[in-house]
Amino acid sequence: MGGIAGQKPALVWVTRISVLLLVVLWLVPTIGLLVSSFRDRDQITASAWWKSPFPVEQNVQFKAPAADAREVGGNQVIEGNVFGDQSASVIRFGGTRVNPTAQAAGETAQLTRERSLMVQANGDYVYTSLAEIKRDPSIYFSLEVPPDFNMGNYDTIMNSDNMDVAFINTLTVTIPATIIPILIAAFAAYALAWMQFPARGFLIAMIVGLLVVPLQLALVPLLGLHNRIGIGQSFFGIWMAHTGFGLPLAIYLLRNYMVGLPRDIIESAKVDGATDFQVFTRIVLPLSFPALASFAIFQFLWTWNDLLVAKVFLPSNSESWVMTVKIADDLLGSRGGDWGILAAAAFISIAVPLIVFFTMQRYLVRGLLAGSVK
Amino acid sequence: MSPLVQGMLTILLGVGGCIAYFWASNLVLDKVLFPPTGSNPSRNINRANIFRPWLFLFPAVAALSIYLVYPVVGSFWRSLYNRSGDEFIGFGNYATMFADDGFRTALFNNALWVLFVPAAATFFGLLVAQLTDQLKWGNIAKSLIFMPMAISFVGASLIWKFVYANNPDIGLINAMRGFFGGAPLDPLQLPFWNNFFLMVILVWIQTGFAMVILSAALRGIPEETVEAAIIDGANPFQVFFRIKVPQIKSTIMVVWTTITILVLKVFDIVYTMTGGNFGTDILPSYMMSYMFRDDGRATAVAFVIMLIVLPVMIWNIRQAREEMR
Repeated sequence: MGGIAGQKPALVWVTRISVLLLVVLWLVPTIGLLVSSFRDRDQITASAWWKSPFPVEQNVQFKAPAADAREVGGNQVIEGNVFGDQSASVIRFGGTRVNPTAQAAGETAQLTRERSLMVQANGDYVYTSLAEIKRDPSIYFSLEVPPDFNMGNYDTIMNSDNMDVAFINTLTVTIPATIIPILIAAFAAYALAWMQFPARGFLIAMIVGLLVVPLQLALVPLLGLHNRIGIGQSFFGIWMAHTGFGLPLAIYLLRNYMVGLPRDIIESAKVDGATDFQVFTRIVLPLSFPALASFAIFQFLWTWNDLLVAKVFLPSNSESWVMTVKIADDLLGSRGGDWGILAAAAFISIAVPLIVFFTMQRYLVRGLLAGSVK
Repeated sequence: MSPLVQGMLTILLGVGGCIAYFWASNLVLDKVLFPPTGSNPSRNINRANIFRPWLFLFPAVAALSIYLVYPVVGSFWRSLYNRSGDEFIGFGNYATMFADDGFRTALFNNALWVLFVPAAATFFGLLVAQLTDQLKWGNIAKSLIFMPMAISFVGASLIWKFVYANNPDIGLINAMRGFFGGAPLDPLQLPFWNNFFLMVILVWIQTGFAMVILSAALRGIPEETVEAAIIDGANPFQVFFRIKVPQIKSTIMVVWTTITILVLKVFDIVYTMTGGNFGTDILPSYMMSYMFRDDGRATAVAFVIMLIVLPVMIWNIRQAREEMR
């Protein structure tokens, strides 16, 4: 790659490094989410995700059994091992909740005038008290735990939080809402591109205008309409709504594409006696595949990711929640501090769009360019 | 019946119904209403061709009228009625709304969003488009920066919740603050600046869009203009700002307005991140807080959004009409 003639090598390096920095900046938040979603929930709160490849220092509470107390030289003493028969190593320990890691392993902690505690690195502890020990005394200690990556969060979110239901609901909303507008729009786009009739210019201008109508405007009147005609809040209602809202872009994209198809093909077909219907189904529709794919991807991403329309046009009970509503209205409240669960939920909801995005990027870019540059 | 089965049936009925409608209606037009036979076949063919466009257009026009044209009128009409919808109060909703502090905050914040997000997204998009232009791995870099486009606003908000979290072991911002000895704070409760932390999320999503379009525009610039400038001794910055940017001005405008329109619709980010608290409300989220509670007020807010979008709409229509000539 030559670059611009006479470009300084220093500038080339500045360019490379700044692009690298930008890419890293753009990726870091998503990577954080992805890493967190696989981490054990105790580890998430114990160490930051960017330290996740390293062992984690975790604080643990252990109850020394008061029943094991023996009398040694006038003192009550409990002896034992905090790890039971497992092997691990204590780093620091303490005897109070306020200061759980006050002492290094091997030292003796004078908890009060009457009580003292000693914990060895191998987990052996000696708890000494002048008075009788009535309740199980707590021993707090920290230990190093190796990194723990597992599917636990995904398991929890799918099986006990009903994310699977929300996933199916999202799919149920998305597929019809993507397919139905395409055909309706394709016929209209053909008429606007290749047929002559008086109101054509007006209709095209109208569609360009409708492209930017804020969705907010549609919510109250349409919900009222759906309620009056008996659709109410239902899947059927949201399919209709997404179809209506997606049509302007669909017609606009498809018309722009169809106008660019070679005139000779269509005219020679007509000379040979093909009707408009035949020209459309046999010639224009197959040739417009790239534009159809572009729109399908747009509409898919948009309906999959939508929160607003789903909140208004779907019933608000938990069986009908799509994933976005589930996350925004349920999980963020009920699982607010449970970062692993939230990360797993978010990742499940963005996985499918990401796959679509990376496999069909070509069509997406083409659609974007057709929709705005022309 | 499970919704998924219902969905499959709807696809079949919808697609099948569409095909059946178009096929049957064309058949009726050609064979029954105006058959190209009889006393005057050519007149019949002409008549059929006058009607045919409307057969093709009917489903789309009907859906558009119900789902987009009717709501504009319907919303405005509804906004003139009170909360329960049984009493005509003229512009009463608008008057109480403009007197409400919450609305004015939302309006002010929305103005910040409209200024900042399109500007920042266009700037970064242009920057990436230009920088990656000559790189071997430029396409991979672009693809990665483009990726957030596929992520929902809710998903993006969650991703950024991790960045903004209070706990320095979760939130990157507070981890960095901690590194420099600062105490943890909640960025989302920082008055005024919290708005910008929310805007960053949308900039993060939209930069890819700006980049894709501006990158194509940059590639479309005639080589000769750039070469001539270099021969005349222009440095890379001059080439970029004096030669390239002026040539793609109209594309920059398109990107800018497209993102502006989007900004006026996005309520998800504010709704998920702060719920409009801590002085971060914007018009779409303010409207949603009245949705289902006070339809009069909700439609009034929606109509204000419509009025803000109106100039862009008119500009777009004009552009489209000019292109068609």
